[in-house]
Amino acid sequence: MVVPFFNLENDPGSNFTSLLRKVGLDPFSYAHSGDVQSLQAPHGTTVLAVRYNNGVVMAGDRRATMGSRISNREMEKVVPADRHSGVAISGTAGIAMDMIKIFQLQLEHFEKLDGRPISLEGKANQLSQLVRANLSGAMQGLAVVPIFGGYDLLRSTGRLWDFDVTGGRYEEREFVATGSGGGPASTVLKVGFRPGMDADEAINLACRALWEAADVDSATGGPDVLRSIYPVVATITADGWERRDDSDLATRFETLVQQQRSQREGTTS
Amino acid sequence: MNQPFYVAPEQLMKDRADYARKGIARGRALVAVQYNNGIVVVAENTSNTLRKVSEIYDRIGFAGVGKYNEFDQLRRFGVRNADVRGYQYSRDDVEARSLANEYAQILGQTFTHDVKPYEVEILLAEVGIDQDSDQLFHIMYDGTLMDERGLSVLGGDAESITERLRNSWEPADDLATAVKKCVSALSGPDRVLRAGDLEVAVLRRGEDRRCFQRFDDAEVAKLQE
Repeated sequence: MVVPFFNLENDPGSNFTSLLRKVGLDPFSYAHSGDVQSLQAPHGTTVLAVRYNNGVVMAGDRRATMGSRISNREMEKVVPADRHSGVAISGTAGIAMDMIKIFQLQLEHFEKLDGRPISLEGKANQLSQLVRANLSGAMQGLAVVPIFGGYDLLRSTGRLWDFDVTGGRYEEREFVATGSGGGPASTVLKVGFRPGMDADEAINLACRALWEAADVDSATGGPDVLRSIYPVVATITADGWERRDDSDLATRFETLVQQQRSQREGTTS
Repeated sequence: MNQPFYVAPEQLMKDRADYARKGIARGRALVAVQYNNGIVVVAENTSNTLRKVSEIYDRIGFAGVGKYNEFDQLRRFGVRNADVRGYQYSRDDVEARSLANEYAQILGQTFTHDVKPYEVEILLAEVGIDQDSDQLFHIMYDGTLMDERGLSVLGGDAESITERLRNSWEPADDLATAVKKCVSALSGPDRVLRAGDLEVAVLRRGEDRRCFQRFDDAEVAKLQE
């Protein structure tokens, strides 16, 4: 594969996916190749995002499953897309990972060619086009459904979006959760959400939502104390993406366990 | 049948080289040097939007002098090449050397076969894990590829700028000192260059991923203090 020197008529512009197509590396070409309904590929599960006073919190568990088998215990489904945004993915893991990679590259590619980053809304739009490009894959059972969150530097606020398999893009004002444990996680977020929460409260709420999702959904992993594997939790503010370290999360989950234990003891005694 | 006039190949090449050199000499020069924590590029450029120095990939920077549209086209080619390569293989497999070779091919081909040669000189800099592994590739309008050590000067009046810089530059300089030396080498004894006349960017050693950073006028002014 050689990247040619494009003339004006077929220059792909600042778009990385159209560049890939021009050089014969269409990332979604698998989507036309027969029936894969019976295919067993690893799936990622619960991911969520919450808005708070200074930005957004994004979080996701670490488990990937293949049917009822745990295929990976430390998958990272929540990753930075660039300095001021993040993407969380549930769905077929292999395709999701490639989609994240292309999305990150697309943002960086544009930034380098044009000399400035895409607006936050523009980034969400780009992601929705990638989800749409995978539509025929989704019809064959290889769906990928992301959440996108970030800090909008033009409007000085955190914003978040969820998507459907057709590329539909919906901006949410408070929180969003998706994946197989998305239902219980949403309920926890809905009950616990307050406008104007600070980062600490928002992180605790996210941890609680993941905890409850893992409690009822076998495909969602809880905190794994034995192996020291904790969910990915990150905040995105005006200062950019910052992932919380495991020792911080360990303390939060420890507190959560103690609360639940004392509640239980309260009801039995 | 019309016979074209015979032109000796030496004459043909010389004419083309003169043409390209004249085009390049019309523009302003730029310099790149190693400093204690990476590579700094200082260009004389009054425009705040039409850049001479820019990012290609994690550890690779690009700088061009001469005709803007021509070196910008080469820059876009470099970004595309690097991004596709990084996507197809790994981020570690993108390196300045192979891209410099591709540039040399393009410039050399155009110089000998096209109607008009490129009126540009370009620099491809890669910051390594230590100063010994830093690389500066200087590519001329005719495809001549030079692997330079420590410092590189592109553009009109390169000889006297190089001489001034060689007398002052030290690889152990910190960023502010290196920038000051570069600026005085660019300006010469008779002129003063202020932040607004300059474009300054670094490839900083030891960054996780993207080492390239551009400084705005206020930051440049601060470095010059």
